[in-house]
Amino acid sequence: MSELLALTGLTKRFGGLTAVNAVSFSLERGEVVGLLGPNGSGKTTVLNMISGFLPPTGGRITLNGDAISGLGPNHIAKMGVARTFQLVRALPSLTVAENVIAALAFGRQKLWDAVARDAALHHLSAVGLAGRADQPAGSLTYIDQKRMELARALAAEPELLLLDEWLAGLNPTELKTGIDLILSLKDRGITVLLVEHVMDAIRALCGRSIVMNAGRKIADGPTAETLKDPEVVRAYLGDGHV
Amino acid sequence: MTARTLLGLAFAGLVLIALAALPFFAGPYAVTLMIGMTGYVVLATAWGLFSGPTRYVSLATVAFFGIGAYTVGVLSETLPYPLVLLVAALIGLAVALVVGLSTLRLAGVYFVIFTFGLAELIRQVVTWYEVNVTGTLGRYIFLPVTPEGIYWQLLALAAATFLISWGIGRTRWGLALKVIGDDEVVASHCGIDITRLKLALFATSAVIITLVGAIQAPRWTYIEPSIVFNPTISFLTLIMALLGGADRLWGPLLGAIPLFLLFEWLSANFPNHYPIILGLVFIAIVFLLPKGVLAALESRLGKGGAK
Ligand SMILES: Nc1ncnc2c1ncn2[C@@H]1O[C@H](COP(=O)(O)OP(=O)(O)OP(=O)(O)O)[C@@H](O)[C@H]1O
Ligand SMILES: [Mg+2]
Repeated sequence: MSELLALTGLTKRFGGLTAVNAVSFSLERGEVVGLLGPNGSGKTTVLNMISGFLPPTGGRITLNGDAISGLGPNHIAKMGVARTFQLVRALPSLTVAENVIAALAFGRQKLWDAVARDAALHHLSAVGLAGRADQPAGSLTYIDQKRMELARALAAEPELLLLDEWLAGLNPTELKTGIDLILSLKDRGITVLLVEHVMDAIRALCGRSIVMNAGRKIADGPTAETLKDPEVVRAYLGDGHV
Repeated sequence: MTARTLLGLAFAGLVLIALAALPFFAGPYAVTLMIGMTGYVVLATAWGLFSGPTRYVSLATVAFFGIGAYTVGVLSETLPYPLVLLVAALIGLAVALVVGLSTLRLAGVYFVIFTFGLAELIRQVVTWYEVNVTGTLGRYIFLPVTPEGIYWQLLALAAATFLISWGIGRTRWGLALKVIGDDEVVASHCGIDITRLKLALFATSAVIITLVGAIQAPRWTYIEPSIVFNPTISFLTLIMALLGGADRLWGPLLGAIPLFLLFEWLSANFPNHYPIILGLVFIAIVFLLPKGVLAALESRLGKGGAK
């Protein structure tokens, strides 16, 4: 096993609010790790800093040993990081296929024309959107937009995939499909960091979990143990969760 | 290439030939009119090339137009004409890169104000230099370029501008622009370097605009800063592109032709009230057709069940 991602003392302040406070952890290549915590604990902000959407206020992020903190999202994307967003971000005026081609054409592979289209169709059918390629993305249901967003992220052939509550809002059948889909990524060797509130999904997917509360990391270890950690239980109960 | 694109290109080629043959049939007044009209068609199309996809409203048009014209005024007697055009284009490019790098991070109204200020600044600097250093205010341009020559150059520039605009739409950069138009956050996470793309578009558009100024300069014989840096040129370009629809290839053209003819007629018949009428036309267009005629037509047709 080798280390893919490492955060050291990562901090983000918004004015007086410290949303992420000296968080450190690392991910081994091929791991699927859950990032948990009550609402507002800073999970999305951590993902935002890893993907380059937000510059950190302090600390350091390395990918394959190279510092990526402070780089723009376009550079980090080309280094093998892809993500989905908590509030799905479709490109509504583009077709479903174009949404995926966007990642193929400007990512590491630079695919275009027929090759790109074939690859896009392949990624779309992998998420259950076969036959929808030429629909406007804006006409998809919320769930289908989430699928499309995942296809777009996977089209980038990422080494590290960041999922921000990608399973939220799915019904039980869809949840089952979603979990299987993420498990198949694990088999492909993609490293996944997923922010999730659905406990069943976390138990099914993540061998290891990291828990945050009020911007700090409060637990990090095998999922079954972290979920029983007294501080974790208190963090959730304190916020009225579980 | 599909048969349809080939047909389209052939048709565009025929139209171009017909337009180029115009001076052989029409009189000198028609050529003068066509120079002005083609000039604005290129200005508006070049403006839309940058502002259509990025939605930045630039009032720097006349800054580049004036740079082009002034370069010709300064260099026309020292360098051969083609070199003068090249130097003008390079100066336009250099200014565009500096301005673009420092301003493309500005959003919305700040960009509008900055570009407006830039045009004024350049005008003041040129005026100051001419008065204090060279001791003149205007310059004479005596170049052996005929009106037909100017017209043909502008036509060639128009063809090049449309080709560039159309070509971009067919490459991956065209897709990148659509992605940026929808969501810049997604664009950057897909690996698109937004700043570089915007800068490249801004520079391309600026060079074309500079060339319009440079090519048209010999028409005036005498130029001074207040003529070639007249902000009305920026406003007219903007409103023409908006009337047609800046985010479509043919939009600016469809806006430029009727408005140019309207403004010509107005300035000939109501010279005293021209600025007021101009202002009213601006307001009417922004209120009645905020997305341009093409978009309005499409939504009409769409509602009528044509498709
Ligand atoms: N761009 C921003 N500007 C200001 N404050 C922000 C910004 N983004 C997040 N915050 C604040 O930072 C804190 C952490 O937010 P974050 O979105 O990271 O939490 P989260 O753990 O993802 O929560 P949730 O489970 O609700 O998605 C919150 O208090 C939030 O209001
Ligand atoms: Mg969140």
